[in-house]
Amino acid sequence: MPRFLVCPPDHFGIQYEINPWIRLSNAVDKDASQAQWQALTRVLEEDAGAKLERMTPVAGLPDLVFTANAGVLHDGTAVISRFRHPERRGEEKHFARWFSEHGYRVILLDKDYYFEGAGDLLGFSDIWFGGYRQRSDIKAHRVLSDVYGKEILPLELVASRFYHLDTCFCPLSNGELLYYPAAFDTYAQAAIADRVDARQRIVAPHAEAARFACNAVCVGRHVVLPSGCPETTAMLKDRGYTPHPLDLDQFLKSGGSAKCLTLALD
Amino acid sequence: MATETVTLEGHIIDSLILAKVLDAILQRSGAFTINKMQVGATREDASSATIAVQADSPQRLAAILHAIQPHGAVVEHAADCTLEPAPKDGVLPDAFYATSHLRTQIRLNHQWLDVEAIEMDVAIRVTPDPPAARTVPMAEVKAGDLIVTGRTGVRVFPLERPKERDAFAFMAADVSSERPHHAMITDVARRMWLIRDNWQKAHTSGEAACGPGTKVLFVGGPAIIHAGGREALSWLIDSGFIHVLFCGNALAAHDMEASLFGTSLGYGLRAGCAVPHGHEHHLRTINRVRNAGSLTHAVESGLIRDGVIASCVHKHVDMVLAGSIRDDGPLPDVITDTRHAQTAMRAALPGVGLAVLVATTLHAIATGNCLPAKVPTVCVDINPAVPTKLSDRGSFQSIGLVMDAASFLRQLAQALGWER
Repeated sequence: MPRFLVCPPDHFGIQYEINPWIRLSNAVDKDASQAQWQALTRVLEEDAGAKLERMTPVAGLPDLVFTANAGVLHDGTAVISRFRHPERRGEEKHFARWFSEHGYRVILLDKDYYFEGAGDLLGFSDIWFGGYRQRSDIKAHRVLSDVYGKEILPLELVASRFYHLDTCFCPLSNGELLYYPAAFDTYAQAAIADRVDARQRIVAPHAEAARFACNAVCVGRHVVLPSGCPETTAMLKDRGYTPHPLDLDQFLKSGGSAKCLTLALD
Repeated sequence: MATETVTLEGHIIDSLILAKVLDAILQRSGAFTINKMQVGATREDASSATIAVQADSPQRLAAILHAIQPHGAVVEHAADCTLEPAPKDGVLPDAFYATSHLRTQIRLNHQWLDVEAIEMDVAIRVTPDPPAARTVPMAEVKAGDLIVTGRTGVRVFPLERPKERDAFAFMAADVSSERPHHAMITDVARRMWLIRDNWQKAHTSGEAACGPGTKVLFVGGPAIIHAGGREALSWLIDSGFIHVLFCGNALAAHDMEASLFGTSLGYGLRAGCAVPHGHEHHLRTINRVRNAGSLTHAVESGLIRDGVIASCVHKHVDMVLAGSIRDDGPLPDVITDTRHAQTAMRAALPGVGLAVLVATTLHAIATGNCLPAKVPTVCVDINPAVPTKLSDRGSFQSIGLVMDAASFLRQLAQALGWER
């Protein structure tokens, strides 16, 4: 059974502006965010058949809810994120403690190497892709490649609203990829095209990518994605997936959606 | 030209990161040389590239480095060079940096500086204001001169191949008596044409020198005269193909002996047999030229009417005659202090774009010692040991041609239009 790490949004809110989505004036509706998060976890557990591990929320760390940025895991080894923005660095020790307490070998990166976890490192079984330039450093991917013995192709993110790889790039099952090419520079687009066959690529339309259509969680043939993305939903259906559109607009205020709220543990 | 070396590691090929970095350099009017490239054996293995980034100004270089660093290009750690004062005149600090004849830079106050007048087996002297670095032979160093010591903050560039696709494009000290001579002589001739054009441009229109230099350096031994290469060499000089001559006492003495007596070391050049009392001819020649006071005066007074030295005087070729312990006389203008001779040779080198070393071991090696590696060099000798020895002494850029001096000179002159 696939497992995910999540963190209840008890302390989620807008307390700083660290990406183009966040406005201090655009306050989070606490009740709505709780309801949306509960809906997400219910779909994952009941519809997609996932097992969820819940972290304890921490006051003063509103973005701890975005567990995708905890780090990256593979073969029992967790490399903990090193956040670019000081506002999020307080999360690092909590993520490190959780992984340590749950039996993972924990690796901390050099403090000069920014790396924001599974938000910037995604892939398939044989190849991983690393987003860089906005949050993570390309040098971190080099280190991770050594740690895990994996090929990691760095992809430059060039649009500030798509500041993490998982905002515009979502590997699906069976080697398929949902992504938004304009978020990448031309070299990265060519590198993706070279390694993922055109028939395997699903291009999210601009308007839906801007609603974080690609910030989706894929569990087998289930795909949980933000609502308001009808074309993407239809394309997924055509390919045999079961889409689960969910209203997650409270989290979009902070620049996150379904994928940002989860971290695959296996 | 400002240069900095960067390394790029990771999965840089399939991700097109390497292509992106190289494009970024070119798009900002820079240039690059990939000094080292290691490609991962499997997809999981990382690759790495060491790239020398060049730009026409430090500002442009800084802009390029700023642009490529976010893509993982790491500037190689560099520290300033260490300097120590020379303890006394003619003595270097114990740990002095000994040069090669390859282009060399030192880092001073965070800036890379080219070492001027690079040659092998000397030291680097630094003057701080304005910052400059220049080679200095051991004997010329003064107490208190700042000398580069150790290897920190010193970098040496690999040999840049000439752009021309000729025999010199693969500078390597191959020596073979079985290689066809014709193609190589044609390449030498082609380069001499280019340099003569450059020389004429520089001396008539004052245009800045470009391409392969403005001077051809000819270094010769007396076998040229004995073997019958005198006419061809004189023609090359008369035709403006040679601009600097290095030789010893003997080449000049036997050349002028031929002019005065028709012999070379007593052998009749036409009859090919010893002439009675011919062994005295070179001594009598030297004596007469000493009486004239100088080579120039010997020619201008009409004493010496033809030959290599006469052509050099007529064409204002820069001559450096370096003496040795076995010299008779010697002739006037022969520099008998070897240090002064080295200094005179060095002074004649700027602008040299081709060095042709023919039938002399001593002068060929002495010249190789003070030539930068970037100067295409051809060493011609009937004895394969000579070009081999030259390359063994470090002048690895020289191309060896095993053949008789006179045959070489005749073929070369014919390739350049001599109709004999």
